[in-house]
Amino acid sequence: MANVTLRNVHKTYPGGFEAIKGVDVDVGDGQFCVLVGPSGCGKSTLLRMVAGLETVTGGEIDIGGRVVNQIEPADRDIAMVFQNYALYPHMSVYNNMAYGLRNRGMAETEIKTRVEEAARILELAPMLERKPRQLSGGQRQRVAMGRAIVRQPKVFLFDEPLSNLDAKLRIAMRVEIRKLQRRLQTTSIYVTHDQLEAMTLADILVVMNGGRVEQIGNPLEIYQKPATTFVASFIGAPPMNLMPLRPDETKSRFAGDSRANGKAGILGIRPEDFVISHETIAGGVALDLTVEAIERVGAETFIYGARQHEEQGIAANPGDLPPGELIVRIPGAIAPAIGERIRAIAPREKLHLFSADGRTRLEA
Amino acid sequence: MQKQSIFQSKLLPYALVAPQLAIVLIFFYWPAAQAVLQSFLLQDAFGLSTSFVWFENYVELFKDPRYFEAVVRTFVFSFAIAFSSLSFALLLAVMADKPLRGGMVYRTLLIWPYAVAPPVVGVLWIFMLHPSLGVLSRYLRDLGIDWNPLLNGDQAALLIILAAAWKQVSYNFLFFLAGLQSIPKSVIEAAAIDGARPMRRFWTVIFPLLSPTIFFLLVVNIVYAFFDTFGIIDTMTRGGPGKATETLVYKVYTDGLLGGNLGSSAAQSVILMGIVIALTAIQFRFVERKVTY
Repeated sequence: MANVTLRNVHKTYPGGFEAIKGVDVDVGDGQFCVLVGPSGCGKSTLLRMVAGLETVTGGEIDIGGRVVNQIEPADRDIAMVFQNYALYPHMSVYNNMAYGLRNRGMAETEIKTRVEEAARILELAPMLERKPRQLSGGQRQRVAMGRAIVRQPKVFLFDEPLSNLDAKLRIAMRVEIRKLQRRLQTTSIYVTHDQLEAMTLADILVVMNGGRVEQIGNPLEIYQKPATTFVASFIGAPPMNLMPLRPDETKSRFAGDSRANGKAGILGIRPEDFVISHETIAGGVALDLTVEAIERVGAETFIYGARQHEEQGIAANPGDLPPGELIVRIPGAIAPAIGERIRAIAPREKLHLFSADGRTRLEA
Repeated sequence: MQKQSIFQSKLLPYALVAPQLAIVLIFFYWPAAQAVLQSFLLQDAFGLSTSFVWFENYVELFKDPRYFEAVVRTFVFSFAIAFSSLSFALLLAVMADKPLRGGMVYRTLLIWPYAVAPPVVGVLWIFMLHPSLGVLSRYLRDLGIDWNPLLNGDQAALLIILAAAWKQVSYNFLFFLAGLQSIPKSVIEAAAIDGARPMRRFWTVIFPLLSPTIFFLLVVNIVYAFFDTFGIIDTMTRGGPGKATETLVYKVYTDGLLGGNLGSSAAQSVILMGIVIALTAIQFRFVERKVTY
């Protein structure tokens, strides 16, 4: 049991490439922290630095009140689950789990108790004598988990542990991991590029981009109040609709609060905050669209529409979307036909406003 | 599913494999058959008469204590050469596997000795360790070692083993390096996190994962030490001093070509052939099956 604190952590490779550009994260004892971001954002590097597999070139990593920058992985009292599981192919499942305990000189009887307990929790008991190659992907994943839990370490580190599993198993294992972590109360750091995994697992969510932290907070908070346009488009699927506003537009649109500062900005509206209606909405946004594509996924439907002309002062050219395109999410499977003209409206309290560079969120 | 080609003519497939078969028959089976036949024949000293003696050549051979000395010597040489070249190559490969500045150059240089022909290897080592010409011999004598492989049989044997092992290090190195690089990095990292120190990591994870490579190389090296050391022995010691460096292959040469005892020489060849077949069979059988993890 320990907290993990990263203080102004930097990583610069010998070639001069700066992978981590100053990260501060504080993970409390027993918390589940998820690092999420697109590939190449430095999340895996950061995790490997906590594990001791990459050197730290600046700042401090503190595990349980001890700065571990110069400490070997073996002595950090951590366990890691790798993306490809990294099981020892020549050892049985039992020996895979027992290996770390034997290295620490634990008595065979104690090892047996711990391995059997882990095998029981993970439903691996009938497979203890098998070799990894005789197991399915999901079983291998569980052995990798077992290897981590038998050690009873201070911290669990997960490096995209579910990305090699098929979609159904991934969801099942996601729930398993969360239950297991709640039960063991072990501080965990989990790396993923899947924002859904991040949202569902995290106590603390760290959104990373380009070696920097974009936002830290609890997942719902980040979803409701993304700090930058990057976070706004990365968290939530489909992504938030982003549209640039001219200075006069911010002024008129947000009249009456501090956001009407007369500067250019970016307006963000989540697809699910729209309602299809023929009315206009006082203080809100109403956009006229032509339906171009429809995705029905059962419980909800996504409408991809194009705005034909400037509507209520909002220029075409939204940030991440192709010019003039807008995504609207509606519940149920009843949707307008392709080519139909509809109006999507969103109330004022659902509007997000960012500075023109997308780096700052503006609050009322 | 089996791959099967359909030929219009029944003769065409035979015609297509005929050249290959002809080569195998003329250059492998025919000489081998000749050797087997020869091993049943006995010629008089002048080659004027030949008689068919069945297994007499073999019986003579097995009664000859010097043949058994050669057998033992060959096995000692083979294991010494295989063991020393394998272990040294493994050491080099483990070191070369680490991320190094200029690692490619280093690796390439380590592979070069393999391109040197065995007799040239012999000559190189002669120049270094010849009792009166050798550079290293002088240092050895300065250290108070009475170094003279031309007279001392054990030293001559050591010299052959050194030269033969040196030549094989490159080949082994190449396979070990490839073997090491095929071990997923994350497995080694997992072992590091699991608290295994570098030495323990090597013996409990890396070494077992290399075992198929090691076994393959062991067989290859034994075959090499059995047969391909001929050039080295011939240039360095010619089997001497006495018979101290006469291996089975060299004995085939001295008895047959120099001693003119073709029958015995052929019988020895046939026995060697049996050993090669056995080694190859072991390799095919076990490389795929037993030494997998």
